[in-house]
Amino acid sequence: MLEIRGLSAAIEDKPILQGIDLTVPQGEVHAIMGPNGSGKSTLAYVLSGREDYAVTGGSVSFDGRDLLSMEPEERAAAGLFLAFQYPVELPGVGNANFLRTALNALRRSRGESELDAVQFLRLARAETKRLAMPEDMLRRNVNVGFSGGEKKRNEVLQMAILRPRLAILDETDSGLDIDALKIVADGVNALRGPDFSALVITHYQRLLEYIVPDRVHVLAGGRIVRSGGPELAHELEAKGYAGMVAEAA
Amino acid sequence: MTAAVQTGVAGFLVRFDAQRDRLPGDPRQRMAAADAFRRAGLPGASSGRREEAWKYTSLRPVADASFLQPVTTFAGDSRLLARLPRIAAPRIVFVDGQFSAELSALPAGVEVLRFADRGEFGTLARPDSEPLVALNTMLAEDGVSLSVPENVDAGLLLLVSVASDRAAFHPRHVIRLARGARLSLLELSVGDGSYLNNPVFEVRVGDDASLTHVRLQNEALAAFHLSTLYAEIGERGTYDSFALNLGGRVVRTEAHVRLGGAKGIAHLNGGQLLGGTQHADFTTVVKHDAPACSSRQTVKNVLGGRSQAVFQGRIEVARIAQKTDGYQMNQTLLLSPDAEIDTKPELEIFADDVKCSHGATVGELDADQLFYLRTRGIPDAEARSILVRAFLIEALDAVTDESVRGVLDRAVEGWWERQAA
Repeated sequence: MLEIRGLSAAIEDKPILQGIDLTVPQGEVHAIMGPNGSGKSTLAYVLSGREDYAVTGGSVSFDGRDLLSMEPEERAAAGLFLAFQYPVELPGVGNANFLRTALNALRRSRGESELDAVQFLRLARAETKRLAMPEDMLRRNVNVGFSGGEKKRNEVLQMAILRPRLAILDETDSGLDIDALKIVADGVNALRGPDFSALVITHYQRLLEYIVPDRVHVLAGGRIVRSGGPELAHELEAKGYAGMVAEAA
Repeated sequence: MTAAVQTGVAGFLVRFDAQRDRLPGDPRQRMAAADAFRRAGLPGASSGRREEAWKYTSLRPVADASFLQPVTTFAGDSRLLARLPRIAAPRIVFVDGQFSAELSALPAGVEVLRFADRGEFGTLARPDSEPLVALNTMLAEDGVSLSVPENVDAGLLLLVSVASDRAAFHPRHVIRLARGARLSLLELSVGDGSYLNNPVFEVRVGDDASLTHVRLQNEALAAFHLSTLYAEIGERGTYDSFALNLGGRVVRTEAHVRLGGAKGIAHLNGGQLLGGTQHADFTTVVKHDAPACSSRQTVKNVLGGRSQAVFQGRIEVARIAQKTDGYQMNQTLLLSPDAEIDTKPELEIFADDVKCSHGATVGELDADQLFYLRTRGIPDAEARSILVRAFLIEALDAVTDESVRGVLDRAVEGWWERQAA
């Protein structure tokens, strides 16, 4: 489903990713762990098409298509979703309207009929309830005045409504208390199935107790330095990144 | 009726000479105004004086335009009338500057008098220092004098101007709220063709009184809308205004507000959405002449095409006005490299215990916000349109009355539809 080959990327001529190789098969959840500055967020942004980053080498194919040649909205239409580490505030844009506009844009691109306001609200209310979010979150402006935890839950709500085929969760656990973490994990787990894959980026092993990954990869210095099963996360917790990176070198 | 073509300052003076015996009110005030107008001319036109207050706005297109005299008898174009908001509220309607009894539904509990009957100029307006006020004082034929009695809540009232091609009119309005009175005034200006609407407002908000003044300027794109307002706010009185400028070729929204009683409040908010070669100038002077008053001003511009916006905001704080709280912000979104904003804040503070701030931002759309929308599958053009609308919607949030807000929202939607067409 997702095949990354020798991916290198830089921001303002400063190399960040230095040859990443990674394959996420359909239906699998992979975790990427790594210390600060290892390139985790850069990988997420490059995959979703942010313009500030220059791809300097390598390729990414998504369902056999050349992901790097696509616009961000085309990647979304193909089924890619990025849950932001720092969700963006949109003053003056109502959350419900935003979500309906996004969902209908995706439906249009797939040749499906658009949902009207009533149909959409029925869907959105059900998902809001499932994620234990207050319903007034739909009426408020996107992420404006939301607490850190509410912003993260709003990302998961968007994911639940937009139903991506591959979700990239960029430190969705940071800033969440344990209750919110469980809700977020439940939201992701509910989507798991043969048609859903995820790349879970996290600094800590804690989230992976609730979203148990099929594979864990350790990113350091812009490269994957180790890959393994879920037990790798526990090893990391025990040894720390420094120990792991030194071993790999 | 024969139609005589008039242009420029001379044209307006000729019109005055022809009409002066029939105009209402004190002829000496008219004469003095005519002298002032003759001396000042139209700012920016060849004969006009160069003045700092008119540095960024030229009325040359007004001087070059020709208007018909007398005004054609216009019964009310059904297409124009269809554009008026369908909200259930009393209304005072002027057609080409003339009061229309048949289109109006007068409010209860409010004294309504016609300028044409009374010729009351008021005492706040300054024809000697404002050329357009001189022009208005010289030629004003009609207008309304509204008085809300003590402690009466008059609710919502519409003040509507409908105009037709080549008309020129100079409405003279006086709005008085006695102690503890309340009024929500929705002022709406629409029209077809090229015409001049040059109103002067005199507003008096009594002690503990509250006036909400929402102004929707949705004139024809070839029209001139030049409005000057003077307001005097009493103790604990509130003047809460929001002006939305969508139409017009050359537009000036000028307000002089004096906070003359302690703890008065003045809001002079606005939004300007311009395209093509539109020019809109938002000029305000707020005088803090009493202690513990607050003034708030947020004006947002969205500028496309080769449009130009001007913001001149002046806050004057007198020595007596301790504990003044003044805030002013002008934010502009430039959608095109050919659009232009000139912004000039001025603070003049003579008291030592005050809080006054001002700021201006000029920018393009936020790259992070745009990227966020696109990662959700929203195409670039649609994402940009969402963000531009959102920028303006934030300004509209100053309008809290739901039915009035609905009128503004629909007008903004109409603006976008016209742009897309």
